[in-house]
Amino acid sequence: MAIAPTTDQAHVPDAGTGWTIVDTDIHSAIEEETLRRFLSPYWRSHYDSFGRIGYTGSLMPRAMPNAARHDAWPPDGQVPGASLEFLQHQLLDEWDIAYGMLTPLTGIGELINLDFGLAMAQAVNDWQIEDWTSREPRLRGSILVPYEDGPLAAEEIHRLGRHPEMVQVLLVTRTREPLGSRRYWPIYEAASEYDLPIAIHFGGTGGNPMTGAGWPSFYIEDHAGMAQSFQAQVTSFVSQGVFELFPELRVVLIEGGFGWLAPLMWRLDATYRKLSHELPRMRELPSTYIRRHFWVSTQPVEEPLVPSQFNEMMDHLDMSDRLMFATDYPHWDFDAPDRAIPHSVPERTRRAIMGENALALYNLTV
Amino acid sequence: MIDCDLHNEVSNKTVLYPYMPKHWVDYSEESSYIGPDADDHPVQIATSIHPDWRGIYTDPELATDMRVRYMRDHVLDPLGITVGILNTTYRVQSLHSLDLAVDMATAVNAWQVEEWLNRDERFRASLVVPSQHPELAVREIERWAQHPGFVQVVLPVRARLPYGNRIYDPIFRALIDADLRLAISFGGATGNPPSGVGWPSTYFEMHAGMAQIFQSQVMSMVYEGVFDRFPDLHVVLLEGGFTWLPSFMWRLNKEWKGLRHTIPWVKRWPSEYIREHFRWTLQPVDQTDRADHMRQVLEQIGAEDLLFFSTDYPHWHCDSMEEVIPAYISPELRQRMCFDNPARFYNL
Repeated sequence: MAIAPTTDQAHVPDAGTGWTIVDTDIHSAIEEETLRRFLSPYWRSHYDSFGRIGYTGSLMPRAMPNAARHDAWPPDGQVPGASLEFLQHQLLDEWDIAYGMLTPLTGIGELINLDFGLAMAQAVNDWQIEDWTSREPRLRGSILVPYEDGPLAAEEIHRLGRHPEMVQVLLVTRTREPLGSRRYWPIYEAASEYDLPIAIHFGGTGGNPMTGAGWPSFYIEDHAGMAQSFQAQVTSFVSQGVFELFPELRVVLIEGGFGWLAPLMWRLDATYRKLSHELPRMRELPSTYIRRHFWVSTQPVEEPLVPSQFNEMMDHLDMSDRLMFATDYPHWDFDAPDRAIPHSVPERTRRAIMGENALALYNLTV
Repeated sequence: MIDCDLHNEVSNKTVLYPYMPKHWVDYSEESSYIGPDADDHPVQIATSIHPDWRGIYTDPELATDMRVRYMRDHVLDPLGITVGILNTTYRVQSLHSLDLAVDMATAVNAWQVEEWLNRDERFRASLVVPSQHPELAVREIERWAQHPGFVQVVLPVRARLPYGNRIYDPIFRALIDADLRLAISFGGATGNPPSGVGWPSTYFEMHAGMAQIFQSQVMSMVYEGVFDRFPDLHVVLLEGGFTWLPSFMWRLNKEWKGLRHTIPWVKRWPSEYIREHFRWTLQPVDQTDRADHMRQVLEQIGAEDLLFFSTDYPHWHCDSMEEVIPAYISPELRQRMCFDNPARFYNL
């Protein structure tokens, strides 16, 4: 069988054809010294003493330093994603990106000290505004929260909920409990108050084994296995009736893939038809909630060895208005705008995925 | 016609007493111990049992010979089943006392021989082994290796460690030596959460979420090199669903392209390992109402080689037994699924 022909496409950004490109997953990174500057003296001292104590024993070494592209290390010696100037040059200008969503991965939600978690969230959020979004009009920030404590997380959402450049609340995939659980509802209540989407990004450690069958051995299982955790989260949101409690809530799944979503809807619908009496808050089929409340970023795209099967999967999914392009810059599995979506997908759909869907979700104009 | 998934469950602890050492019988009586606490299929709910059979097949007082008779009357005779493969979900793997787990495995296997295999020559059975301690599991496999009624070892999909972990290698070596297959079945209870994100709140989530654990097990076995170490190992997944397979294979292939240097023993596309070493039972089908989409999925996975017919009796997936094979299954696929594929797999 042949590999999907992607490399023989003309290496010209779709932006060259006048399309708007929105990148929904950009990992700006905060240097240690910068982080210390944004912490209060008390928490700076705590950080210097104890570091970041999380759910230890969860580490899967990445395949490359900082999981980054080798060419993404800025010439000034900072870590990938830490230099605004280099990111402007290598990502925003290079690919003519109209808007980019910052999704800093700082591990703050998995700190066992929740007060420290809030302090870290505040520091990273302030840094996003001061050092990034106020200096670069193409960028928007994500509100980080200590999500394992709902009311504490809601505090931070109330602090920044009306800030025009902070466009969503950022959670991670691997939490301590499934995200439909009651402990997280204050987060959704606060987000609904400011009409902020909830974004769930690849990663995290919640103190549980990485799979429902225990700990795997290798990074590739951590990386590919994120799709199983995403499925558990979607199932939890729907079955706990979160969308009946918060009918305007919108959820963005980032870096989880999306090929699994259609078969998951089939399974959930079939199971719901038998077990609906266990789920009194639900009023509609799981697939109805999913198609109404979820948005999904593209990277990583599941690619079949037989290219035509990709369009079949897109038909099964029937969510072309909800897929949003993402690069995952500066990580090693970066998706370039000119190659991310197979060219067999109709142009109108690709155009929507590359930018229009995100413009609509985040209420952005070009 | 071969039915690859029939449930011969232990209705209550006393049916195993004749096969247990006296001290464990005393222990069970003194402590009111009821057996493993895996509740994979709560007895009165729709996914567990067809309404026509509710209160009949699941009666905890029902003697095993009556269960055999019901299985004949409900499935074997009406569908013309020539071979029926029994899969009990008696989960000795969830017992924290190894001494108890070992003896309960032997008891349930002896019970299967006496009360099922000896009662109907159409039956084949699945060995229950304490896989939480591979060395002891191997002893149980060796104990029954010469018995022609056992065709496979059945392990629960929920495990303390995924089955790709090298800790399980002795089990795989022993079952290959005994010419047995491996079945991985829905459920199990290890004390660990049934997802990578902790404990859900409902049975609905556990039931629907079991598909993700099957995915984790397939990924583990392929990426951790089980089939590079045991090229003769063949696995059937029971009640795991198969419509997730296309995008799952694409994702595993793509990850391998980027990270194969970290698992150098995997030398071919992960999808090739999957299609060569794994098989799926039919029911329950996670299906859409769109028959054209289902036909595309069957084409995408190469269903002509991968699927085995199963009723999953007494679980409820169809209103009547006539509907157990969906209409979008072609006559050719039906023939392969109901006979050719499982006959080759089990050497029947």
